[in-house]
Amino acid sequence: MSEAAPLLEVRDLHKSFPGVRALGGVRLTVGKGEVHALLGENGAGKSTLLKILAGAQQADAGDIRLDGVLLPAGDGPLDRQRAGLITIYQEFNLLPDMSVAENMYLGREPLRRGLIDWSRLHADARAILTDLGMAIDPRCEVRRLSVAQQQMVEIARAMTQNARLIVMDEPTAALSKREVTTLHRLIADLKARGVSVIYVTHRLEEVTACCDRFTVLRDGLFVADGDVADIEVGDLIRMMVGRDVEFARQPRRAPGEIVLSARAITRRRHATDLHAVTLNGLSLDLHAGEILGLAGLVGAGRSEFARILFGADKADEGALHLSGWTGWFRSPGHALDAGVALVPEDRKQQGCFLDHSIRLNLTLPSLARLAKWGVFIDARAERALVERYARALRIKMANAEVAIGTLSGGNQQKVLLARCMALRPRVLIVDEPTRGIDVGAKSEVHQLLADLAADGVAVVVISSELPEVMAISDRIAVFREGVLTGIVDGDAADEAGLMHLMAAETTPGRATA
Amino acid sequence: MTETRLTTSSSDTAAPATTPRRDAVSWLRTYGTTLFLVLLIAFFASQNARFLSVRNLTNILTEVSIYGIISVGMTFVILTGGVDLAVGSLLAFAAMAGALMAHAVGIDSGFDWLAALATSLAVGGLVGWVQGRAVTFFGIPAFIVTLGGMTMWRGATLILNDGAPLSGYSDAYRWWGTGTILGLPVPVMIFALVAAIGYVVQRYSRYGRQIYAVGGNIEAARLNGLDVTRLVTSVYAMIGLLSGLAGFLLSARLGSAESVAGTGYELRVIASVVIGGASLSGGRGGIGGTIIGALLIGVMGNGLVILHVSSYWQQVVIGFIIVAAVAFDTYAKARR
Repeated sequence: MSEAAPLLEVRDLHKSFPGVRALGGVRLTVGKGEVHALLGENGAGKSTLLKILAGAQQADAGDIRLDGVLLPAGDGPLDRQRAGLITIYQEFNLLPDMSVAENMYLGREPLRRGLIDWSRLHADARAILTDLGMAIDPRCEVRRLSVAQQQMVEIARAMTQNARLIVMDEPTAALSKREVTTLHRLIADLKARGVSVIYVTHRLEEVTACCDRFTVLRDGLFVADGDVADIEVGDLIRMMVGRDVEFARQPRRAPGEIVLSARAITRRRHATDLHAVTLNGLSLDLHAGEILGLAGLVGAGRSEFARILFGADKADEGALHLSGWTGWFRSPGHALDAGVALVPEDRKQQGCFLDHSIRLNLTLPSLARLAKWGVFIDARAERALVERYARALRIKMANAEVAIGTLSGGNQQKVLLARCMALRPRVLIVDEPTRGIDVGAKSEVHQLLADLAADGVAVVVISSELPEVMAISDRIAVFREGVLTGIVDGDAADEAGLMHLMAAETTPGRATA
Repeated sequence: MTETRLTTSSSDTAAPATTPRRDAVSWLRTYGTTLFLVLLIAFFASQNARFLSVRNLTNILTEVSIYGIISVGMTFVILTGGVDLAVGSLLAFAAMAGALMAHAVGIDSGFDWLAALATSLAVGGLVGWVQGRAVTFFGIPAFIVTLGGMTMWRGATLILNDGAPLSGYSDAYRWWGTGTILGLPVPVMIFALVAAIGYVVQRYSRYGRQIYAVGGNIEAARLNGLDVTRLVTSVYAMIGLLSGLAGFLLSARLGSAESVAGTGYELRVIASVVIGGASLSGGRGGIGGTIIGALLIGVMGNGLVILHVSSYWQQVVIGFIIVAAVAFDTYAKARR
């Protein structure tokens, strides 16, 4: 492959989590001064690989060599940084209330007689920023910088640590086009200094624009690597999506009447949240008895759209129509009353009351129905409800008093689905329903969603796993960067076509096949 | 309210579930405070026969009732992950406002006590509600809102009557502090009633369940359709109301509304809840445990006095117990 000895050589890396194999023998070779694209779908194992490289997680087996030296498997993040292997995460690791210079030298401030030498700190920081061509004041508080500038501070900080390899995880997810160009110029500059970059992205046009070589992962396995110059974007997509595990395609249903319509939903980026995803004029109809899949890359705006439908977030423009009624849901409670339910994306942070019982988790929104005079909970009716759904959904648990945090991911997800099903919603939105759960539980969840649709519920499924979306959806709406790029019939969908709608810069002519 | 009833009530504090494990540490985690209370009572009784006299026990219970009533409200506040430092000052403020109203109505009118009770409850509830709105509407941390309130209401109490105590009440008024029902002091009976209602609400009502949910995971609670703002505001209104009630009872008991009344109560009340097993980050705890905690503090204070331990040392001991109780709880939780 490479002519000279590579800078980074990862061989036969294995990593498993309980019930899931994340990496099964991955290799990755990065030359000196090379920009290397690491590609793969969500769940391909990229994040795990990055975490192991950064020392945040330990591999079960495999070697990592930097400049021919074997890095100890038990290294922590600090050890890896000292070795010159710096990772820049999507959510930056900057302290917003401290200055640029303080952030760049955090924990390594120049000292004079035991005290921080402020003038040298600022001078050193300014020298590095100027050297990298960044017009940023070292005394400025980080919170006042734009996302792109914060990213530059991260890169500048990496340079103060004598970086030899900088790993950038989705560096352009929150950048404008012009900022992306600036970043690419900066990466070229790093390359000229002999620094290597691992560039993780979903945007394939950026791979051709700024990367030298690529590695593709799929389902935790190494698929291919090579020179970017020798390959077509279409080939990369094919390598990323070819699958071992296929879900059984479910029979399609005939869609019923429109239950909920979203019209021209728009959300702009506000100064308070620079990372927020913008939405541009999204219009969708949800039909009774239909599963609508929402496909898109991370940050495409699917979850944000769902949260707006559910009244959990506010939109700037647009409207909802719900059987003769037009307006917004004031709150999730309002949406639930109107028969719209959501199983949120982040099970642990937004879905579960982890320290509390399965019973509490399952019945919370149903209590009004279970309480006498709306006040005192009817314990018998509550237990009956829990038992009915525990049986119907085959939730594996010792008893309903066990804390939900002790269950497996699949069973937690079933409890959350049961919670919504018990409300008998007309619209059920499920965000990443099978993330982090094993294959058996996945198909059970798929069956549950299909049963709900068969009962006439309008089901919306957000999933980053294309095979899943294709297997269960009657229609698939594809999002890219806050825009609806196409609605594809479930039967007509193929992975490469969807991937094109999700990732390609220019929308191909055929929206439906 | 007898010892055995309290013991059983603490056993089912567990709205948050724990994995059933029948080992010594988890048993101690649930019953440790009750066991310690029983041992403490046995110890003081063995040291001094006077400790178990009816009169002394009545004294302990009456003392406990005043801050015990507030600690029922504090349990709900802490369950949501909040805290209220203003309760002692609010107690004094509401009591003073009530006493002034009693005098305005006329202490011989026959309605003086009613005017005072209504005023104390109204003032307490209203101030509590305002503090709750400051927390939920402006997003100011509860610690800050109530820290400010602690100073403000104490100052306001001094303004109300120019720093002087206000005494001179009718017998009907004094009955609320010194009278008895079925042989037990009125404040004790009221405490028992408040605790019983609090227990039922916490354990059997939809409201109680929702409070646990808000404290357990506020974002998940919101996504489950709970009106988080209203729920959080309500606990501050409730503890304000109970502070007003406690203030009225204390002024009736002492025969005087004093501007220094309830000084330091906030810490005693919070200590009761925490010793009773609640987590300051919310979602865990219960009225049963709180009552044990309140009794523990009352018994400890009284017992040390009877043993002629100086009040300086009492503070050291009670402070130590708070830290030790939480340290054990943290240890037991980490072991799981």
